[in-house]
Amino acid sequence: MAGMEVNFAGVTFKNPITTASGTFGSGMEFAEYVDLNRLGAVTTKGVAVVPWSGNRTIRVAETPSGMLNAIGLQNPGLDTFLERDIPFLKKFDTKIIVNVCGHLEEEYVSAVERLADADVDMLEINISCPNVKAGGITFGTVPEVAEAVTKAVKKVARQPVIMKLTPNVTDITEMARAVEAGGADGVSLINTLTGMKIDVNRRKFVLANKTGGLSGPAIHPVAVRMVYQVAQAVKIPILGMGGVATAEDALEMMMAGATMVAVGTANFHDPSTTVKVIDGMEDYMKRNNVSDITELIGCVQ
Amino acid sequence: MAVRECVKVVKAGQLAEGIFEMVIESPKMAELAKPGQFVSLYSNDAAHLLPRPISICEVLEDGIRFVYRAVGAGTTEFSKMKAGDTLVAQGPLGNGYEAVLNAGSKAILVGGGIGVPPMLELSKQLTVPHTVVCGYRNSDTFLVDDFKKYSDFVIATDDGSLGTHGTVIDAIKEQGVTGDVIYACGPMPMLKAVKAYAAEQGMKAYISLEERMACGIGACLGCVTKTVHKDEHSKVNNARVCVEGPVFDAEEVEI
Repeated sequence: MAGMEVNFAGVTFKNPITTASGTFGSGMEFAEYVDLNRLGAVTTKGVAVVPWSGNRTIRVAETPSGMLNAIGLQNPGLDTFLERDIPFLKKFDTKIIVNVCGHLEEEYVSAVERLADADVDMLEINISCPNVKAGGITFGTVPEVAEAVTKAVKKVARQPVIMKLTPNVTDITEMARAVEAGGADGVSLINTLTGMKIDVNRRKFVLANKTGGLSGPAIHPVAVRMVYQVAQAVKIPILGMGGVATAEDALEMMMAGATMVAVGTANFHDPSTTVKVIDGMEDYMKRNNVSDITELIGCVQ
Repeated sequence: MAVRECVKVVKAGQLAEGIFEMVIESPKMAELAKPGQFVSLYSNDAAHLLPRPISICEVLEDGIRFVYRAVGAGTTEFSKMKAGDTLVAQGPLGNGYEAVLNAGSKAILVGGGIGVPPMLELSKQLTVPHTVVCGYRNSDTFLVDDFKKYSDFVIATDDGSLGTHGTVIDAIKEQGVTGDVIYACGPMPMLKAVKAYAAEQGMKAYISLEERMACGIGACLGCVTKTVHKDEHSKVNNARVCVEGPVFDAEEVEI
């Protein structure tokens, strides 16, 4: 539909809706249920230079209006990703945002270097996974480290770079400012909130990793608040995520200041959530005579 | 190939303590379903986000029969449903036993506890002679009459109130059950015992695993199991129970 187009860090997307990394694979498993051509972009599951095995099971647990996960960034590595997943996604009329993970700054840099020649539209650097011991979240909780890794990645990246931020910090705006200073083209937030679930009958942690990342509608108001705070703090565009399950949720994100919005855990509840969100946003625009969706970005009063 | 649709419950009831059955109307799923596959059933309460993967007990002409244990919020909700109620279902999912249906000339089907139900459709579809061996906690059994319609049936109970007093392996030994392939579904200690017994007897064993899932379609990587060889999809020694499984060659998984 006309009027749904957004420009994020110089890239034009047909609509503001993408998928949250890790909830959609590389789209292959969802293609049976969703027309991927409808999506503004597919954001792929975190990929590293070499394959990662991830954590032991149990890796997921349901919580009220949400879930915990501690997958540990299992991924097949860049070789397979570039040979199998990217050619698959290129068959569709949608943009590709590649989520990149690493344990060390060098690993992020070499992954981004390898992706320089890949036909993808944007990179999202995961400096915020709560489920890997080394790397991930440690890069996302210390502003100086986040700035340094952003600079290092930007030096070799050919595509625009989004830094994905964790909410597990005292002040997320400090992290957003740090990656902006490091040259980030955008920020995405929020990653999951660290949580824990205990099986009272067995007196044991439900997740093998003890802790996991909380996602789903339960965290949506937290995400909206943080998107709003970050929007006041930085000039770079925001990809908002956290519990988005309906068009209303996505519109809230945009009004709080997000230019694009990702649907995550809701894909597990209904694999066609992304398309339902897009349809609902179009419907909202018609009902409210909004001719250009970008009018809504940060419009909350 | 799977379908997602809002389906009508056409039959519901209790079979034993904590064990319930539900028949849903879905000609499309009935056409696609194979023994050993599962269907994701969704709660009508959106606060319960994740699907409950329920194994297929029987493929009927216009629908699917499930027999399941009510253990948590989702399955407890299902257990209270009546004929005429509706819910969202997505399936059939997983590989099922289809690819290994002709793996032997005489088969032993082993079900333990809530691993018993998928053995029924498998028994119906197997063309080779076979014996079904089911383990229950006590004499509060379920599906026994259904099994007896299609094959020889042997029982084991934890408390000895029916059949062999002991495990399914004890029953196989005590009642002289023989075959050259085992198909099994049940709790992990039982599957480990089946794997060991098959190895000792030089038999093939195909076991159906259970693991917590978030998506049921292979995207979340929540439900993996350790594999002996590198998995083709993951490139690490992890296979997805929901796609590469739930049925695995026992020798290929590290349980």
